[in-house]
Amino acid sequence: MQHVSPVRIPLVTSGKTYHDVTEDVCRQVEAKPNIRWMAALSVALFFLGVFLYSVYRTLWYGIGEWGLNKTVDWAWDITNFVWWVGIGHAGTLISAVLLLFRQKWRTSINRAAEAMTIFAVICAAMFPVLHMGRPWLAFWVLPLQNTFGSLWVNFNSPLLWDVFAISTYFSVSLVFWYTGLVPDFATIRDRAKGPIARRAYALLSFGWKGGAKHWSRYETVSLILAGVSTPLVLSVHTIVSMDFATSVVPGWHTTIFPPYFVAGAIFSGFAMVLTLMLITRVVFKLEDYITLEHIALMNKIMMITGSIVGVAYITEFFIAWYSQVEFEQYAFINRATGPYWWAYWSMMTCNVISPQLVWIRRVRYSIPMTFILSIIVNIGMWFERFVIIVTSLHRDYLPSSWAMFSPSIIDIGIYVGTLGLFFTLFLLFAKFFPVINMAEVKSILKYGVDNGPTYGGPNTGAQQSAYRPTGAPASAPVNYNKHD
Amino acid sequence: MTKRYALGIFEDEDVLLHAIENVRAAGVKIYDVFSPYPVHGIDDALGIERSRLPIAAFFYGMCGLSFALWMQIYMLGFDWPMIIGGKPHIGLPAFIPVSFELTVLFCCHGMVITFYTISGLYPRMKVPVMDVRSTDDKFVMAIELKEDSDLGNLTQLLRANGASEVNEKEMTKE
Repeated sequence: MQHVSPVRIPLVTSGKTYHDVTEDVCRQVEAKPNIRWMAALSVALFFLGVFLYSVYRTLWYGIGEWGLNKTVDWAWDITNFVWWVGIGHAGTLISAVLLLFRQKWRTSINRAAEAMTIFAVICAAMFPVLHMGRPWLAFWVLPLQNTFGSLWVNFNSPLLWDVFAISTYFSVSLVFWYTGLVPDFATIRDRAKGPIARRAYALLSFGWKGGAKHWSRYETVSLILAGVSTPLVLSVHTIVSMDFATSVVPGWHTTIFPPYFVAGAIFSGFAMVLTLMLITRVVFKLEDYITLEHIALMNKIMMITGSIVGVAYITEFFIAWYSQVEFEQYAFINRATGPYWWAYWSMMTCNVISPQLVWIRRVRYSIPMTFILSIIVNIGMWFERFVIIVTSLHRDYLPSSWAMFSPSIIDIGIYVGTLGLFFTLFLLFAKFFPVINMAEVKSILKYGVDNGPTYGGPNTGAQQSAYRPTGAPASAPVNYNKHD
Repeated sequence: MTKRYALGIFEDEDVLLHAIENVRAAGVKIYDVFSPYPVHGIDDALGIERSRLPIAAFFYGMCGLSFALWMQIYMLGFDWPMIIGGKPHIGLPAFIPVSFELTVLFCCHGMVITFYTISGLYPRMKVPVMDVRSTDDKFVMAIELKEDSDLGNLTQLLRANGASEVNEKEMTKE
């Protein structure tokens, strides 16, 4: 039995019924595509075209199309890779970590956040694969026998760990997301009017009927997937950070990288979730499901992780001084005052100062402010990766090799192109898939509504529930003990 | 083969849970209960045993771990030992990340495949459902009707326990 404090407020407002949830979420799926969606998709497809063109140039002419040079041989590609992977982490955090912590408010945002995870990881994967120069030999990263053209892979290398981490993360997230979608596909299937839609959603729903035993197993599977996804998501960005931390480049060789990167990932991920949710809730009229409370809670997580990131920036500086290593000290002085000072101070402003505004309640509950903040944080987190990668590489041990980096038009094209890829996938998802997990939202509809029949506690009658059984006999208990 | 079912339609999960207990106490066997979301407490009410999927998941995870360790030790330690950065051929600490990832990979996919298999869930065109509203907002209690079942009595029992309607449904089972 679960106790819900009487001060808890309902997670879903306007006293929605189960049927309202189905209607509100399915409306978008069943309606004809509207003009705004078509317009947004056209813009996204245009940028997808930019992506394809830039990829074609990279493959046809080689990596020379990019702005890299012998000194700065990792720049926009790896910056974008880490940025996208980081964004993906919020989805898993919401669906797995918040599930383990029994944060019921996650139910209305987890579906879209998980979709965001999957699409962000797809975008991220483009960069290391393209950076290989010969992506048709990408299978060399797999442990294959020598007859395939290479020796066994080097299991001591963090780059190889990345292959395993990212592919595991992607496939597990996909399975987690899809298993959650199955009952909702069944709902759409059972409502579908056209034969094509009915068959298509029947295929997608895997024949789900919602029997008691299936639900019981479904919950077990969700819980275990959440349990293993939690260390998984932490391991993924830890391993990404080890790409840098296990090297001997000043500015990279630091032990705080794993927690610092994980916090940064969640920080930027929540910013992206907020950006997407603020748009989705308005466009699809889901304000009763993604309420101001949800936005405020996500803002709080953003503020906490942003503060962790801020502490990490200061710690790095302190350790550089404290280590007495000349090169390390120079790397950090160069970051703040060298030729890339503008990137460093953009990062500090966006990531350290701006999230502190969330301490103010009015900012936390303000939609325009949250939207602006979420964009600023995403920009800041992009700069963080740029600063770490480029400023560390462009001036290291040998001053004769010092160089500057500036991106080529193809670099920029691939980056904005992945944004196009991401939004194309997200828009298609939002149109054809239920953006809110209907089954899970239905299970929390009663949460905090009147604290009466379901969870015990005083029923003052102040908030009359729409769920009070209508045909219930007087003998029906109003305080049924439930196992949660 | 065609089977007949009596379907008790319920509007509320609390009424449903109460009804399940009473119907079972009356000696009626419940075929299944279809609900739009996982109703907590329904396992105990229906007497469904705890799923053993966690054991399967642990088993798959261990398979993944053993496979990962065997793979890395065999490849770098025995099949083609290489000196990389002067490190030992079998450097177990460096094998931890891949071993962890493969443990998770095998655990998740093994468990999910098992879940879909034992539940008989696979892509198909036609899905015969008892009542289409059970994936929307109704809780449907299905009771299999035998030759000698008294539908009148059953209807009365379900109604007395809060069912908003009682229907009869024929289902063809392949």
